[in-house]
Amino acid sequence: MADNILEMRHITKTFPGVTALQDVSLAVRRGEIHAICGENGAGKSTLMKVLSGVHPTGSYDGEIVFDGAPVHFRGIRDSEARGIVIIHQELALVPHLSIAENIFLGNERRGPGGLIDWNRTNADAAELLASVGLHENPVTPIIQLGVGKQQLVEIAKALSKKVRLLILDEPTAALNDIDSAHLLDLIRRLRDDGVTCIMISHKLSEITAIADSTTVIRDGRTVETLDMTSGEATQERIIRGMVGRDLSSFYPDRVSSPGEEVLRVEDWSVRHPTQDRLVVDGVNLTVRAGEVVGIAGLMGAGRTELAMSVFGRSYGRAVSGRLFVRGREVRARTVAEAIANGIAYATEDRKRYGLNLIDDLRRNVSAAALNKLARLGWVNGNEEIKVAEDGRRDMNIKAPSVMAVVGKLSGGNQQKVVLSKWLFTDPDVLILDEPTRGIDVGAKFEIYTIVNRLVADGKAVVLISSELPELLGMCDRIYTLAAGRITGEMPVAEATQENLMELMTKDRELVR
Amino acid sequence: MTTTKPPATPQRTSSGDGASAALHIGTSDPRALILGNLRQSGIYIALVVIVALFAVLTDGVSLSPGNITNIVLQYSYILVLAIGMVIVIIGGHIDLSVGSVVALTGAVSAVLVIRQGYPWWVGILAALAVGILVGAWHGFWVAYAGIPAFIVTLAGMLLFRGLTLRVLDNISLSPFPAEYQRVAAGFLNGLIGGQGYDAFTLLIGAVAVAGYAVSVFRTRLARIRYQQPVESFPLFVTRVLLVGAVIMYFAWQLAHARGLPIVLIVLAVLVLVYGLVTRRTVFGRRVYAIGGNLSAATLSGVKVRTVNFWMFVNMGFLAAVAGVIYSSRSNGAQPAAGNMFELDAIAAAFIGGAAVTGGVGTVVGAMVGGLIMAVMSNGMQLMGVDQSMQSVVKGLVLLVAVAFDVYNKRRAGSAR
Repeated sequence: MADNILEMRHITKTFPGVTALQDVSLAVRRGEIHAICGENGAGKSTLMKVLSGVHPTGSYDGEIVFDGAPVHFRGIRDSEARGIVIIHQELALVPHLSIAENIFLGNERRGPGGLIDWNRTNADAAELLASVGLHENPVTPIIQLGVGKQQLVEIAKALSKKVRLLILDEPTAALNDIDSAHLLDLIRRLRDDGVTCIMISHKLSEITAIADSTTVIRDGRTVETLDMTSGEATQERIIRGMVGRDLSSFYPDRVSSPGEEVLRVEDWSVRHPTQDRLVVDGVNLTVRAGEVVGIAGLMGAGRTELAMSVFGRSYGRAVSGRLFVRGREVRARTVAEAIANGIAYATEDRKRYGLNLIDDLRRNVSAAALNKLARLGWVNGNEEIKVAEDGRRDMNIKAPSVMAVVGKLSGGNQQKVVLSKWLFTDPDVLILDEPTRGIDVGAKFEIYTIVNRLVADGKAVVLISSELPELLGMCDRIYTLAAGRITGEMPVAEATQENLMELMTKDRELVR
Repeated sequence: MTTTKPPATPQRTSSGDGASAALHIGTSDPRALILGNLRQSGIYIALVVIVALFAVLTDGVSLSPGNITNIVLQYSYILVLAIGMVIVIIGGHIDLSVGSVVALTGAVSAVLVIRQGYPWWVGILAALAVGILVGAWHGFWVAYAGIPAFIVTLAGMLLFRGLTLRVLDNISLSPFPAEYQRVAAGFLNGLIGGQGYDAFTLLIGAVAVAGYAVSVFRTRLARIRYQQPVESFPLFVTRVLLVGAVIMYFAWQLAHARGLPIVLIVLAVLVLVYGLVTRRTVFGRRVYAIGGNLSAATLSGVKVRTVNFWMFVNMGFLAAVAGVIYSSRSNGAQPAAGNMFELDAIAAAFIGGAAVTGGVGTVVGAMVGGLIMAVMSNGMQLMGVDQSMQSVVKGLVLLVAVAFDVYNKRRAGSAR
């Protein structure tokens, strides 16, 4: 039997109404790099939270054996005491503290009387920084470092905790190519020094380059574990494992008859608002009237960033490129200008960015085009009610009245309020970002029906979704996006989950 | 605005016979109405209870004609400030500077009228102009420089207090000419006579009641035409009669004292105008949208900066109005005028149901909140309660009011 440092056996974790993990098993050999792959929402992060004690013992079923003995972690301190350290995608560093302070946060180097021994703190930190190949002064504040270097500080912090099993969640998602290559080298070196690594990644080229074995998770279940050295584990094999799901006949039929071009984006590039990297890189795309165009991409591919930057530059800086609506070049530098030019964007996070949850349905519906209801600055409240009632009827929003507070509606009904709001702006092109996230099956079907009705009326729809079956079921044409670039475009007839996933995970070859 | 649960089966009416339909549509369960609007009706109930309590404790003195007039004169400037403050709070900000701005605007006016001898209206216009400039200053820093309003107006509080001292050369100025004093201490009375009471005041009261009745009836008709739920007709009539009775009682008492205070007319106009501005204009709705969810408002095309800027300009304007009223009432300008007024205005807004997080609040609510404070202070003064205890009681009332609000919100949040 292999020498496994970690075995997770038959892990089942449920949240109210959802089973996130169903009988998942994972075995990690001592001293290997073990990759975990799966679509957004497949359960990778939940599994790692179970392992690190974020979901404490008792909140899940199953058994975790670490280093030959069963373990029951009640919190992240317990797992760290055993040498299991997780580095999240969103780095957990305090920006205004120094590198050394961050490394020893919660684990301070103390001298006599319990006071912090700054000399030892900074000396130890310098040693750890050297071991991860980061040449910075330990007293430098974190905020002065780029993301790549911050990632290295996180690893140094893990090393200070005598890490034996290091878990990295999407470590290269925010890094440029050079920093990525650097980081992967470091992970290899750590392995050679005896640190076992689990790495969650969407980038298959990375995984095939670095991992010793790969476990594929789909819909909260383990699909298979592949030995990457055996030659059987190709990118195609991993993709098949990630997407191997039946396409149900869940999507309402639609006869598509695309008309003239409504939206064209040319050579569109966007920089990250604070970091020095391109989030959207030279994107070209077109959308025609009566057409649903899908954008497929994994987390961090730049889908939302692309959409929001087109929508009145509401994301990013140094936006460059040209934007055409109905063949006419438009300058949409603010959201108001974008709306005036017939662009609407329904956000992926309706609670944070889409709705005023403490206000009523009526005022949420009118919010984006209030001037249409007003003369000389005075709102016609009765017409507003009529507009909201129309939305409530057309969208079949289940609310006691248009005076109902939207925060009390279900997710599906909230999403319909968002759609009503944008339809009232009378857009030419409607960008829907994850329109069915977190809503139940019945409401999803209603949303699909509404989308079909819109395109039948000659609107153009851009559909951003993490669910490939949804894209295949709803779209006429699909673009794939990876690391901010369009990596493919195809009519839906040619698209399969496999070839989409291949394009979505297509990254530039790594710098060796 | 009282809204009700819809009837079990939605009643449809053609738009033609709206008037007859107005008589027999709607729900009439008063318990559902009160419980459904606990947040709004709560403060009205509190006001009634407090008025009744002090009426009993002072053997009716607190409701005497002279005292009611006094309350109006004494607290009008706080209520004017509360109008602007509640708008700022709905927008998710705060203004700590209004006390200093009251002092500065009053001082500018006093210097021009008393020291330089300009006519009284020059002083008023100059005060209003200074208030608007101060508001624009705050608006610039909050909206365009992105500095939190707490800091900007805290700085303003120090800055404009200091400028007040400079303008006044550290001394008080007094007295104002009689015309200027009339703003806060003048009355409209005797215009159409009366037997020991002022008929004009009663007439204005009656006009107000009639205006209220017509306006709510028209709203009701429009709602029925647009097939919105309304309260049942008997309940509607009861509500109108109740409000009418309160207004007429108030007018009756004023008529038996010195008549209709000019400052009450100013206040009534402001409440009416700003009530409409907050509920019915694009600007007002933008304020609620920004305070309710800034990100969602931004992504709905709201010009957040512009709205924030004008919000503070408006606050500066109203602070100047309060400054004129206060200087007129105190018949002069003092370096320490308006001290702590901002806290009374903020307390009025919060007691009146404004939410600490923004997005919630009404002008009428802030007025009721201000009246609760006013009736309490006045009642305790009549009873000879020590100043220190008054402060303790006011502090506790503010705390309880906001705690009630937070509790309510938590309950509403967990209702799903």
